[in-house]
Amino acid sequence: MNWFDQHLLSLLIWLPVLGGIFVLATGDDRNAATARRMALGFSVAIFALSLPLWTRFDTQTAAMQFVEKTSWIERFNVYYSLGIDGIAMPLVLLTTFLTVIVIISGWQVISQRVAQYFAAFLIMEGLMIGVFCALDAVLFYLFWEAMLIPMFLIIGIWGGPNRVYAAIKFFLYTLLGSLLMLVALIYLYMVAQGSFDILEFHQLPLGATAQALIFFAFFAAFAVKVPMVPVHTWLPDAHVEAPTGGSVILAAITLKMGAYGFLRLCIPITPDAAHQFAPLVIGLSLIAVVYIALVALVQRDMKKLIAYSSISHMGFVTLGFFVFETMAMEGAVVQMISHGFVSGALFLCVGVLYDRLHSREIATYGGVAKVMPVFAFFLVFFAMANAGLPGTSGFVGEFLVILGTFSVNGWYAAAAALTLVVGAAYTLWMIKRVVFGSLTNSAVEGMNDVDSREILILALVAIAVMALGLWPAPLLEVMHASVDNLLAHASVSKL
Amino acid sequence: MTLASLNLWVIAPEILLSVVACLVLLIDLFVPADARPGVGYPLALLALLGAGLVSLMGLDSGSMTALNELVISDGVGAVLKAGTAIGAAGVLIYSRDYARARGLWRAEYLVLILFAVVGMMTMIGANHLLTLYVGLELLALCLYSMIGMQRDSVRAAEAAMKYFVLGALASGILLYGMSLLYGLTGSLSLAELASASGELAPTNLPLLTAVVLIVAGLLFKLGVVPFHMWVPDVYDGSATSTTLFLSSVPKLAAFAIMLRLLAYGLGEWASAWQDMLAIAAVLSISVGNIVAIAQTSIKRMLGYSTISHMGFLLLGFLGGTTHGYSASLSYVVIYTVITLGAFGIILLLSKPQFESDTLNDLKGLNHSRPGLAFLMLIVMFSLAGVPPTAGFFAKLLVLQAALENGFLWSVIVAVVMAVVGAFYYLRVVKLMYFDLPDKDDKVLSTAELDRGSTAVRWVLTANVLSLVLVVPWIGNLVDWLTRSLGDFGRL
Repeated sequence: MNWFDQHLLSLLIWLPVLGGIFVLATGDDRNAATARRMALGFSVAIFALSLPLWTRFDTQTAAMQFVEKTSWIERFNVYYSLGIDGIAMPLVLLTTFLTVIVIISGWQVISQRVAQYFAAFLIMEGLMIGVFCALDAVLFYLFWEAMLIPMFLIIGIWGGPNRVYAAIKFFLYTLLGSLLMLVALIYLYMVAQGSFDILEFHQLPLGATAQALIFFAFFAAFAVKVPMVPVHTWLPDAHVEAPTGGSVILAAITLKMGAYGFLRLCIPITPDAAHQFAPLVIGLSLIAVVYIALVALVQRDMKKLIAYSSISHMGFVTLGFFVFETMAMEGAVVQMISHGFVSGALFLCVGVLYDRLHSREIATYGGVAKVMPVFAFFLVFFAMANAGLPGTSGFVGEFLVILGTFSVNGWYAAAAALTLVVGAAYTLWMIKRVVFGSLTNSAVEGMNDVDSREILILALVAIAVMALGLWPAPLLEVMHASVDNLLAHASVSKL
Repeated sequence: MTLASLNLWVIAPEILLSVVACLVLLIDLFVPADARPGVGYPLALLALLGAGLVSLMGLDSGSMTALNELVISDGVGAVLKAGTAIGAAGVLIYSRDYARARGLWRAEYLVLILFAVVGMMTMIGANHLLTLYVGLELLALCLYSMIGMQRDSVRAAEAAMKYFVLGALASGILLYGMSLLYGLTGSLSLAELASASGELAPTNLPLLTAVVLIVAGLLFKLGVVPFHMWVPDVYDGSATSTTLFLSSVPKLAAFAIMLRLLAYGLGEWASAWQDMLAIAAVLSISVGNIVAIAQTSIKRMLGYSTISHMGFLLLGFLGGTTHGYSASLSYVVIYTVITLGAFGIILLLSKPQFESDTLNDLKGLNHSRPGLAFLMLIVMFSLAGVPPTAGFFAKLLVLQAALENGFLWSVIVAVVMAVVGAFYYLRVVKLMYFDLPDKDDKVLSTAELDRGSTAVRWVLTANVLSLVLVVPWIGNLVDWLTRSLGDFGRL
């Protein structure tokens, strides 16, 4: 292990934060151009820096890699301890990639308090990477909560008309779940006789009652974040009110933090409770998959539709986790990555429309394909990916989850497969009403097609979606050892 | 008895401050009026910083008593004394412009602060119930007069009166408890109280009566539910500079008397006072956080917020373990730094003719003064206990201590209430960042933007940023505080 490998994760966490501070230091909107360029420079550099994670990753082992560990708070045995496995690594790359996209997407659209906007995204990037890399419970919690602050500001400052309500709802919902998790972590610290090491928590023997309590404390934190029915109501509000960039990051990455929490903390620490309460989680997931998909069908607001579709797709992820089957779990992780790209891209597309007509209502549009053919191509492509068309990344994840679930329980699989129909229905219906048909609104006629900046970001994401859809093998290979290890660990009772 | 055996070095900071306080008063008589602030202020500031340094020098010299065991100096005493002196210096720096504009900046103001610090140091170094009581009263009398100094303000007069009447009552209750204790044990020395524990069971009724009275008196001084009614009124009615003083440093002294009296003197009877504290802590956290939501004045809001924070402070006392006390010590130190920053910002926002003390005055602060808004943001998230601020670690420590001692339900209530509390802290952030300034804005119109003196802004910035920048070394801070606490003379 050389110096670079040992400190790469630290660099990926702190360089964005540092970049954010520099961008913030450019001051008010007179220096907006500098702030934009600086933010882009930092985000591209960070993305480049994150690529060695992929090239130098050892796919044969489930052990943590790029490990860094130094003592931080000695009295409580808190370590500054970082490391990634095959589940965290793709998520880190997803974060660094999408931050670049988000920064380009906000290039001209954000005209007020530009420096603060870009700084918030850069700082958030660092904190989110921190969540995926932290191997110490206190450090994990620190990043997990700290990330709320920039997101709160992004929704509240640059959001839509009802942004204050949405921002505060988002913050308080997440905080309540998180604090219960904190109590569980402190309890585990005491059981572990003075250690906050997450990997040590995995090995702790715990009684049935303790496991159940800890499970629900974790569940409160992660289910809110994912979000699962019935604690999903903050998401449509937050998504609709957030600026485009905020929606992209929310959908693409912060939701994944909840799912990641299940894999990193909940399932390995309380495997027996996870098995015991799996039917409950699966039930809630299926409700999300089917019922929320139906809710999406009747939305008039495009952002709301995508938000509900996100909840429905995240239902697939939690379903894949809790059937405890290799293929389903791998499918769920692929779905996490894929949904990051697809939902992010859909929010970018809505952003493109919103920038032109300042409306998210489906009814405002119609016949967009006639005036914006290039844009229509991208929107239809991402909509297909959202509906799970073979050849796109959306297909791989959902297919694997359904296949894996089928081998465990046919009824679950059948219910989950329903969404392929409903999902296609709400997506295609939206496309029909927005992209095709005749031009009914004269304002639509005046819209310009996407410019090169917009084409660039949409094309970058489209390439990622295609690549993952046609050739998912590298991703599966990366996570295989880690998923196997997790399932093997979860199948051994701690009682 | 020789002078040397009195061991006066132990009370050197108190002596220094008392002498300087008298000097400041004398200077006031002989120096022409326009030159007075120029002499008294730096003198008081230097004296406070000097007293802080002298206190810190006693940090590693172990525990020793002086003046026939009336006072004690030990690690925790050194830290807290230094904290009060340096904190009071911060108060002077922050409040100068504000107090000067309101005609409060007189020699008496400096003298009262200096004597109040002497009172707090006496409390901190008390090894005897009488010393403790004398220190407490010295502090309280200074505070009453500081609030009352604003003679032309009806609200200040009301606040002073309320504080005085209720405070005197609480002192009486505390004193009655102490006298019962004396009757039971035949001693007023804390050390002898601590060693007398074998003779009386914690279920002894007269003892319980004494403990209840003492705890009630202490909880009043701390401003904990159900003895909290004075807090919001006094915070709101006093001039903001006075609120800054009475909301920050005295909490260190309040922690010290809790430590000396309950943890040390009555430590062996912990089972007699533990449950009372548990109930008071939970009530405080709940009432403080819920009622704070309804406030429109920042000072009142912070008053209720203080009530809830004092509840959190008590959580560390529940178990009666050194671990818990050190958690509380860290909590009170971090809390003092946060409060200094919070009121420092409000003082900087106030204009000579305008009190910036309602929440709406903060509207759109990010537009006009983004730097100050950012500092307030850090303060608010620190108060809410959201990472990555020091406020989070303070909460983590006390929650951990309470959980370790088996107070799971208190912890869960505290956690749920922390979410409720987050709401009103977030509302401040919302006003600053999400709202636009009102049209007829008196505070924020950039034309009359008075940025305060450069030095004040630097001190304030350092004060607030330290809440975030300390995080990588938070372990060292906690270790240092824990080491200074040691076993605080316990058997």
